[in-house]
Amino acid sequence: MTFRLTLTVNGQPRAIELDDPRVTLLDLLRERLGLTGSKKGCDRGQCGACTVLVDGRRVNSCLALALSLDGADVLTIEGLAHSLAPGEPLHPVQAAFIEHDGFQCGFCTPGQIMSAVGLIHEGRAGDDPERVREGMSGNLCRCGAYIGITQAVLDAQARMAGPGQGGAA
Amino acid sequence: MPDIAYEQARHGSSIGQPLTRRDGFLKVTGAATYAADNRPEGLLHAVVAVSRIARGRVASLDVAAAKAHSGVVEVMTGTNAPRLAQDPDAKHNPFMFRLDLLQNDRVRYAHQPIAVVIAETLEAATEGAELLAPRYEVDPPQIGLDAGEPQEPEGVGAGDKAIVSRGDVEAGLDQAERRVETTYETAAQYHNALEPHAIVAQWDGDRLIVDTPSQGLAMAKMRLAGLFGLDPKSILVRSPYLGGGFGSKGFLSGPQVLGVMAAKLVGRPVKLVLRREQMFGPVGHRAETRQTLRLGTDASGALTALDHHTLTATSRFDEFYEPASAISRYLYAAPAVSTRHSGVRVDTGTPLFMRAPGEASGSVALEGAIDEMAEACGLDPLEFRLRNYAESEPISGRPFSSKALRECYAQGAARFGWDKRGPVPRSMRDSAGRLIGYGMGTALFPALMMQAEARAEIRADGTGTVALGAHDMGQGAWTALAQIAADGLGIDLDRLDFQSGTSDLPNAGIAGGSAHTATAGTAIHSAAAAVLAQLADLATNDERSPLYGAGNAGVYARGGRLVRRDDEGRSEAFSEILNRAGRTSVSAQGQGAPDPASREAYAMHAHGAVFAEVSIDPDLGQIRVTRLVGAFAAGRVVNPRLVTSQYYGGMIWGVSFALHEKAVVDPRSGRVMNANLGEYHVPVNADVPSIDAILVDEHDPHVNPLGIKGVGEIGITGTAGAIANAVYHATGIRVRKTPITLDQLLG
Repeated sequence: MTFRLTLTVNGQPRAIELDDPRVTLLDLLRERLGLTGSKKGCDRGQCGACTVLVDGRRVNSCLALALSLDGADVLTIEGLAHSLAPGEPLHPVQAAFIEHDGFQCGFCTPGQIMSAVGLIHEGRAGDDPERVREGMSGNLCRCGAYIGITQAVLDAQARMAGPGQGGAA
Repeated sequence: MPDIAYEQARHGSSIGQPLTRRDGFLKVTGAATYAADNRPEGLLHAVVAVSRIARGRVASLDVAAAKAHSGVVEVMTGTNAPRLAQDPDAKHNPFMFRLDLLQNDRVRYAHQPIAVVIAETLEAATEGAELLAPRYEVDPPQIGLDAGEPQEPEGVGAGDKAIVSRGDVEAGLDQAERRVETTYETAAQYHNALEPHAIVAQWDGDRLIVDTPSQGLAMAKMRLAGLFGLDPKSILVRSPYLGGGFGSKGFLSGPQVLGVMAAKLVGRPVKLVLRREQMFGPVGHRAETRQTLRLGTDASGALTALDHHTLTATSRFDEFYEPASAISRYLYAAPAVSTRHSGVRVDTGTPLFMRAPGEASGSVALEGAIDEMAEACGLDPLEFRLRNYAESEPISGRPFSSKALRECYAQGAARFGWDKRGPVPRSMRDSAGRLIGYGMGTALFPALMMQAEARAEIRADGTGTVALGAHDMGQGAWTALAQIAADGLGIDLDRLDFQSGTSDLPNAGIAGGSAHTATAGTAIHSAAAAVLAQLADLATNDERSPLYGAGNAGVYARGGRLVRRDDEGRSEAFSEILNRAGRTSVSAQGQGAPDPASREAYAMHAHGAVFAEVSIDPDLGQIRVTRLVGAFAAGRVVNPRLVTSQYYGGMIWGVSFALHEKAVVDPRSGRVMNANLGEYHVPVNADVPSIDAILVDEHDPHVNPLGIKGVGEIGITGTAGAIANAVYHATGIRVRKTPITLDQLLG
């Protein structure tokens, strides 16, 4: 039996045929669409390494069945920079993560960055470090890069809110 | 050979610069390929089925049900698993696990692999593994430190002596003015790198290619060669990026080998990724400890004796004993010091090195005991530590190669505001009425050197290459080692091709013991020096060169040129030297290894001081670490941005050790009851509000030619103890069991 769904993935419409209804969004991205930037750290929504934006909202893609998302707009780490402008090398959040050393091993990083982009768009953290820490606490970093992550989110948020927003560092 | 001074070349160029990570762009764009991101043509997915019991045998598996599931290609069990060229239970050196590889039906620990289901899709393999519905013959497991009769191990850690002592501890205690005897317990912990162990294995006849995270590429290759009876040259292990290691990717684990066996069985490439709960068993952990310390002091507060005994556990079938008492061999001065270990055997997976193995567990107990004694003496904890400052290594008596610990104490205390600490516990509160506590701990980690090789080359176009099978698990090897390489060759970083992360390159040893930068860096330095020596030979013996005859005065390398040391106006580009000599390149190998003479003469450690502030709800017992300041001295700093991140990460592991991490094992079943990241707690971002790391200057002429000590593990030591001591200072309640939880503060 074949299951059909339509997704917009990183701005591209995709008509997808699945042979299995059990496929999660994360496994669809990683194993069938070749988008391996999103990572699987726990497969049960506890670590946040698989975070992507679905219709602009942060989602643990390991907990979402792909078939439940027919018609959705999915943004992953691979499409983030281009979501601002075609050909843009880095989103301000990505640039800030490099500048503030907001990662070590890099495995949680795609999820951290997508979560940070979602958090900034939610507009609830503002420039308050405590609220940024709270808002980023669904994304585990075992290396302990939290200091840089918080600084990066605050810095990127300030850059995106300021004049000339959207430019990379 | 001309005398070449490299010292000048190292300053003001790459080393010491706070460069951002060279792999940063790949990591923030999702383009860095971790093992499980590889998808070779024809790939099948393998899922491991693991044991629910801790001891016994697998009586039956419903292989037929699994094979009948659509998409399942094969089920690998004890009956059809490929036979191996070597007994996987044999141990040829201390640096390997004894492995369970489906060669029998025996179960020795919970979460031991008992079958592998291989399918066209991950979904089918996952379902197939569920359908196996194993039945067992169960033997009662032996779990916990009181489960068996303690024995003195032959060795602890990676073969250190179990007992090391100096002087008469009992006499020292008898003569003491004050005595403290205290027992601390630390919980079993699991590394839980965020990247689960994963492997993509491809066979091409007798050639084997594996993508798998490894902290020891050459060891992994040799382990595979032994198990499969292969020529090591026919094996390629690729590990350009590890999603964290912390020790758990040091030895090749059973599930990784099962991925190779599965690929062999089905004749197609196979990807096998452990599920998170399967990480609690076959890939190592930090065993629990119970540590008893006895301290005595004279009337002035000087230690007369220190006895540190550790009881810990290893698996029933393999040996790794957490060397927790070892830290007392290095830290505080006492005329009599005794450090001892004993161990019990339990039905768990085998423990393994976990970030600061021994030092982390030992430090929390030692720093707690020191805090207790300081109070007994009526002394400020910092003053007590200064009175017992070791001017030479306590047991060996050797001088330190360098030790800027006084500076760490002073700078850390000043930044933290230690002088504002009230001497009486439970005397400080914030404006909301929460209890405030200040605590401190001394940090220490040995400055080790291992073995590594590297290859370096300079080409006629002035570019260079440095190649070695080094490992970047997040510490920043892609960046720091390249900085050392660029300076070693005297070229700019953008003229350097730095190759790393695969087993076909020169053996860079292991990323462990906080020794990778020092060891691999020394190998790079020595390979580069040999290349420059060849270039200098070519130039100084050629009368057409402006460097002709400079052999006695010497030359040094900078910016792609050799420069006369006695006349810096005379220099020549590498490209000119090579082109005139008709050479396309010069290349050489180099090695990094401990220098036996200096190791014999000096004790070598990195040191630090950590200060912690906690805030505790007086009614609910909720504990928050509100501030941490660490000051560390670890020789030359290759990249201050990355070193600071290592200290932050280590200190956060200290927070985790003190307040979060604990594997809860059911003594009846032997299973870890919280084998997931929701219930096995590690800090989240909101748990670590404010951390400061001070990089204290330290010059070490003995530790290695580059003067580098390790920074990856020291941050945990000192920190956990500082937090525990701060909890005592806040509440007046001495909790001697980590993690410290609110229930221990109530009642």
